[in-house]
Amino acid sequence: MSQAFNNTQPIYLQIMRRLCRQVVRGELKAGEKLPSVREMAVQTGVNPNTVHRVYMELERLAIAETRRGLGSFITEDTLRLKQLREDLKSEQIGSFIADMRETGFSPEEIMEGVRKELAIIKA
Amino acid sequence: MSDHIVCFSQVTKKYLGQVALNNVSFDLPRGKIIALVGPNGSGKSTILKLTAGLVHPSQGAVTVNGKTAERRIAGEVAYLSELDILYPFFTVAETIKFNAGLFADFDEQKAGEILSFMQLEPNKKVKHLSKGNRGRLKILLALSRRAPLILMDEPLAGLDPVVRDSIIRSMISYLDLEEQTVFMSTHEVSEVEPLLDMVVSVNGGRIMGIDEVDNIREQHGLSLVEWMKETLVK
Repeated sequence: MSQAFNNTQPIYLQIMRRLCRQVVRGELKAGEKLPSVREMAVQTGVNPNTVHRVYMELERLAIAETRRGLGSFITEDTLRLKQLREDLKSEQIGSFIADMRETGFSPEEIMEGVRKELAIIKA
Repeated sequence: MSDHIVCFSQVTKKYLGQVALNNVSFDLPRGKIIALVGPNGSGKSTILKLTAGLVHPSQGAVTVNGKTAERRIAGEVAYLSELDILYPFFTVAETIKFNAGLFADFDEQKAGEILSFMQLEPNKKVKHLSKGNRGRLKILLALSRRAPLILMDEPLAGLDPVVRDSIIRSMISYLDLEEQTVFMSTHEVSEVEPLLDMVVSVNGGRIMGIDEVDNIREQHGLSLVEWMKETLVK
C-alpha cells in the first residue's frame, strides 16, 4: 500500500515533492484534477490530515487550487508550472554543485565531468 | 464545545498503593490520530482506561469532550480493548447487530462497508475466526461508531503484517477526522508512523514528550523511533 518514506523529512513534504515531480514530468497536467483527500490518503497510506496539508501547501505555492465542492486541481497557470520546472532544476543542480564543491571539485572539473557523463548516456 | 477532546489535569493513579501514573497533565486536540508510546508497564493502558472512564483517578481530573470521564461517557468514546471482548458463540453479523443495539451512534451501513473491505464472512461464528480476523472484527466495531473519541489499546499487537496492513488501511478509509479523534497505544511505531499526527511518549508513569510528528521530523530531523529513544531516556 504505502510508498516508502524517508525517516527524517516530514511526510507532507515528501508527498509534495512527488507531486511536483509528476507535474514537471508531465504526468500531471495543467488543470488536471487531483485525487480527493481520502483517495490520496488511501493510495499513499498516510493520514488524511497529511494529505490535506499537502494540498494546502500546494495551494499556497499556487501550484494547485481548490474549488469548492469540486476538489483540488493543478493550476491552469502554465507560467507558474514553467517556473516550478525552473525552480526544481536549479534546486537540484544547486545541491549537486554544493556537494561537488564540498568534495573538492573545481567548476571546470564539474562542467567537464557532466559533459563527459552526458555524452556517455547519449551514446 | 471545548477545544480539546481529552484533558488530563494533575492526574495520579495508584493501584493498591502502587503508583501507575504520577501527576500527569496533558491535552489532546481534536481531529487527529495520536499515538501513545512507551515500554511495557509505563502507564499506557492506565491512561487509556482513565480516558475511557473505566477506572477513576486517585487524584486530579480527566475530561473527555468537556465531560468528566466516567462510565457514562461510553457514548462519547469507542474503546477497543487489548483483550478479547467478543462473544465466541455469536456470528460476525450477530456481533455487529449486538453492538448496534448497545451504542446509539453505531452506523450499521458503515459496518457493512468495512465488513466487505475486510472480507469477513458474516455467517461465521466468532469462535471459528482466526486471530487476525478477530482483530479485524474489533477494528470494525470501533470504526463503525460515530463517537468523537476512539481509543485503541494495542490494535496491531500480535497480528501478522497482512492483517496489520488491512487494519491501517481501514483506519485511513473509514475514520472521519473532521468529527473524530483517535488515541491509540502501540509498539509498532515505525509501521503506524505515516498514519500519525501526534505522539505522546510515557515512561514510569510520567509524560516524557508530546509533539507533532511533522515537528519531530522537521525540527529535530528524527524519525519517531529515534525521538522515542531520546525522550524515554532523558
